[in-house]
Amino acid sequence: MKNRFTAMPKPVKILIWVLLALFAYALPLLEPPIISTPGVDFGGVLFTVSIYCLVALGLNIVVGYAGLLDLGYVGFYAIGAYTVAILTSFHASWPLLLAIPVGVVAAMVSGIILGAPTLRVRGDYLAIVTLGFGEIIRLVAVNTEWLGDTRGIKNIAKPPGIGGEEGWFQIPHLFWGDGTVLLDSDDKTTFLFFGVLDQIPYYWMGLTAVIVVLIADILIKNSRVGRAWEATREDEDAAELMGVPTFKFKLLAFATGAFIGGLAGGLYASRQGFINPQSFLLLFSILYLAAVVVGGQGNRWGVLVGAFLVAYLPQRFRDFDDFRVLAFGVALVLLATLRPEGLFPPRRTVRAKHLEQELEELEEGAGGEESARV
Amino acid sequence: MSEAVLEVQNLTLKFGGLTALDDVTFRIDEGEILGLIGPNGAGKTTCFNAVTGVYRPTSGGIVFQGSSIVGLKKHKITQQGIARTFQNIRLFPTMTALENVLVGADAQHATGMISALFRLPKHRREEQDGHDRAMDLLRFMGIDRKADELAANLSYGDQRRLEIARAMATNPKLICLDEPAAGFNPAEKVELMNLIRRVRDRGFTVLLIEHDMKLVMGVTDRIVVLEFGRKIAEGSPSEIRDNPAVIAAYLGVDEEDAS
Amino acid sequence: MNFEFFFNNLPELTITGLAFGAIYALIALGYTMVYGVLQLINFAHSEVFMYGTFAMLWTVMALGGREADGIKLIAIMIAALFAAMLVSALIALVLERVAYRPLIKRDAPRLIALISAIGASFVLAELMGLRDRIAGWLRLDDDLSEYVSGARINNSMAGVIEKPRWDVAGVSISSIDVLVIVAAVGMMVLLDQFVRRSRLGKGIRATAQDPETAALMGVNPTRTIQLTFLIGGLMAGIAAFLYMLKIETTRYDVGFLLGVKAFTAAVLGGIGNLRGALLGGLVLGVAENWGSAIFGTEWRDVIAFVLLVLILLVRPTGLLGESLGKARA
Ligand SMILES: Nc1ncnc2c1ncn2[C@@H]1O[C@H](COP(=O)(O)OP(=O)(O)OP(=O)(O)O)[C@@H](O)[C@H]1O
Ligand SMILES: [Mg+2]
Repeated sequence: MKNRFTAMPKPVKILIWVLLALFAYALPLLEPPIISTPGVDFGGVLFTVSIYCLVALGLNIVVGYAGLLDLGYVGFYAIGAYTVAILTSFHASWPLLLAIPVGVVAAMVSGIILGAPTLRVRGDYLAIVTLGFGEIIRLVAVNTEWLGDTRGIKNIAKPPGIGGEEGWFQIPHLFWGDGTVLLDSDDKTTFLFFGVLDQIPYYWMGLTAVIVVLIADILIKNSRVGRAWEATREDEDAAELMGVPTFKFKLLAFATGAFIGGLAGGLYASRQGFINPQSFLLLFSILYLAAVVVGGQGNRWGVLVGAFLVAYLPQRFRDFDDFRVLAFGVALVLLATLRPEGLFPPRRTVRAKHLEQELEELEEGAGGEESARV
Repeated sequence: MSEAVLEVQNLTLKFGGLTALDDVTFRIDEGEILGLIGPNGAGKTTCFNAVTGVYRPTSGGIVFQGSSIVGLKKHKITQQGIARTFQNIRLFPTMTALENVLVGADAQHATGMISALFRLPKHRREEQDGHDRAMDLLRFMGIDRKADELAANLSYGDQRRLEIARAMATNPKLICLDEPAAGFNPAEKVELMNLIRRVRDRGFTVLLIEHDMKLVMGVTDRIVVLEFGRKIAEGSPSEIRDNPAVIAAYLGVDEEDAS
Repeated sequence: MNFEFFFNNLPELTITGLAFGAIYALIALGYTMVYGVLQLINFAHSEVFMYGTFAMLWTVMALGGREADGIKLIAIMIAALFAAMLVSALIALVLERVAYRPLIKRDAPRLIALISAIGASFVLAELMGLRDRIAGWLRLDDDLSEYVSGARINNSMAGVIEKPRWDVAGVSISSIDVLVIVAAVGMMVLLDQFVRRSRLGKGIRATAQDPETAALMGVNPTRTIQLTFLIGGLMAGIAAFLYMLKIETTRYDVGFLLGVKAFTAAVLGGIGNLRGALLGGLVLGVAENWGSAIFGTEWRDVIAFVLLVLILLVRPTGLLGESLGKARA
């Protein structure tokens, strides 16, 4: 199926992608049954999904492409969120569109500051150092009055809309009755006003960010930078001996990941309007990692599916919310022991694995013969 | 007299108590194929590792094209023009053959995040150049039809050939081959030796480690012999063939007995 | 910054710091030994410790420790110690069997093993944190209400034992602190001797140094790995017991922070190195206690993490270097 798709002429492919994107934008208006979440605002859930997708794409660059295990990713997310909160509400009143770039840069710079010394240490130490970093960021927020300590920060700026509270126009939602589908004239989304009640415009904002990052991801991966990451992940010494400045590229991956994490944090803070250290627990770092690993690290589409599962399932099945961490723990163990490459591994890993196995079997066969001969 | 590409001067390298290289001195001239031979554990690979920056020499100097490269980072040495292959194949298994060679070609490139992201002319130019060079080298090594195959999926021989192509792609002055014919049958070995000659004809200087004496004699211009980390002989193939110390080292007899 | 308080209380601060450090060191042993043999950060080791604290707490509750005193109390405490060691060792062995052995068999990448460990850690912690709900399903919540209630809050055994303080040359010393330090250091010395001298210990060291050769020489790798987990579990059980004597409260997520700190201690001393774990634990405990006296207790955990980052930068192989295999072990 994938092959048939690649074989299609380019305009057709682009058309399909555009249609898919349009469908994604329209999803909360369509409110399709089964998918839509009873009892929770569907637009809000989709916004959360989009933020998880963003985070997972960012973490995938660090973990999936460059092979660096980061257990403190929430730290960058927090830096983005706090920067936006401080600049738009707590200590200044900048417009959001100015604060978010600053937040993103702040996250990236902290990524470089953290990465420059630690990316030289052994891979699994990096996991612990980043874990420590994530916790330090949170504890600093908890203990610093200037950052609102445990009480957090309120009144974070909303994104600017178009055409005031009335917007340009209103889009009615669909209503799914028994066997009929109607336009629901009571339930409309304003284009484009970022209010409190209707979460759909925030979802559109998040989705737009996801699409932009996704395109950037494709462009970067398919270049010298992407190749350097992969070579470094596969065999750092050999990469270095082939002229890849591995440290520089690891740092670049780390900074890029931090950039995207900061962006996600900033968008989150703006939608939420309120943040406190509770939003940045270590648990979230683990959930993000779960999204990447469950989906299949290194495969951007798999990672998006993973993010969707991690963000959506607990909302859809809210009764089981308390068991979410338990379920992810079980999922991680099962995946690691049964399907270490994730649900949707990059296609090449599958091919390589396959062959490796065949070769191994061959070798075993040959070994058997040899010992028989002796 | 031709220009020295690489000069190894009184190179000593110790691993704790073990002296893997002991005061080794030799030079390679431009356009030459120099053989580095010696029994197992003589220090040949260690010598490669010192030259390519994997190990830092305990003492002594390594001068490449007139300037010292001791203490330089590995990738810097490669970018300056020394490339190598590995005794145990070390390709990037999840990347295709073409991509493996492209990684090598990227050593001379400078495309970064920004030019990749916005598909700036630099990216396009380097990508085109790298691609052309990589395909050319794959053709040269006779594996161009496997370009889109994963490196892990290539046959053993093709993997060895791919390693050479990848090293050549970094556009080196000096290319170091660590037992490139290991595991080959006699016919393949002869073919590979012809190929190495053609590598030299393309303008590369070659430093070759090889165990098979007959092959080394056939292809090299000069030979350096190591034993227990010391250089015991140096000279043309015919000189080496008749050198009693070398015969002793290879046959394992005492020098007195041999002479 | 409060230097006056710091200097006035330096001896007390140091002794409490050493007591904390001794507990870190006992937990650190589990990390260090598993890392030495498998090059794996056993992320779930913190949960091994956590289950030990609950085993201790529940044993004391079940045997009526609150009302007991004298000989009976001592007997109860000894029973609690064994319960903690038993439970911790069991959890450690189960972990090895379920979360790691399938991976070791397949020679999976270390990243995957670490992810499995993280998953196992979350499962174990959440099972404890959801014990009221689970007991509810099994309809055991009435019988066990005393044990399963308060699943997500602190569970305390405060007041069960008295903790006399001694006055030595004007310095007030907690008897429990002294007990903790002596017991922990004693255990470490015993273990060190065991690994250096006994046949099993030599097997561990051989496997750490070169698993393949060790296997060829007749050391059973699976058995050795099990033994490593077992020892780590037993030590974590002792640590849990001492921790409960000192702190008296536990919680389903108590392991996380202690685990990270114990790991820090292991790295600090040089991971894979038993004596390093002791030294690292003590240094960390004291540094943390001093630091929190100077900067305020709310910065306690930050100090530990900052110390970890700094140490890795300055001396990535730790204070004593890495070696389970080497004779220094
Ligand atoms: N990293 C290392 N640490 C300690 N000793 C080493 C290391 N690398 C090599 N040696 C030792 O140095 C000596 C030289 O090894 P080297 O690999 O250079 O030999 P070689 O000539 O390449 O042999 P072969 O023909 O088997 O490839 C050997 O005794 C080897 O055991
Ligand atoms: Mg060699």
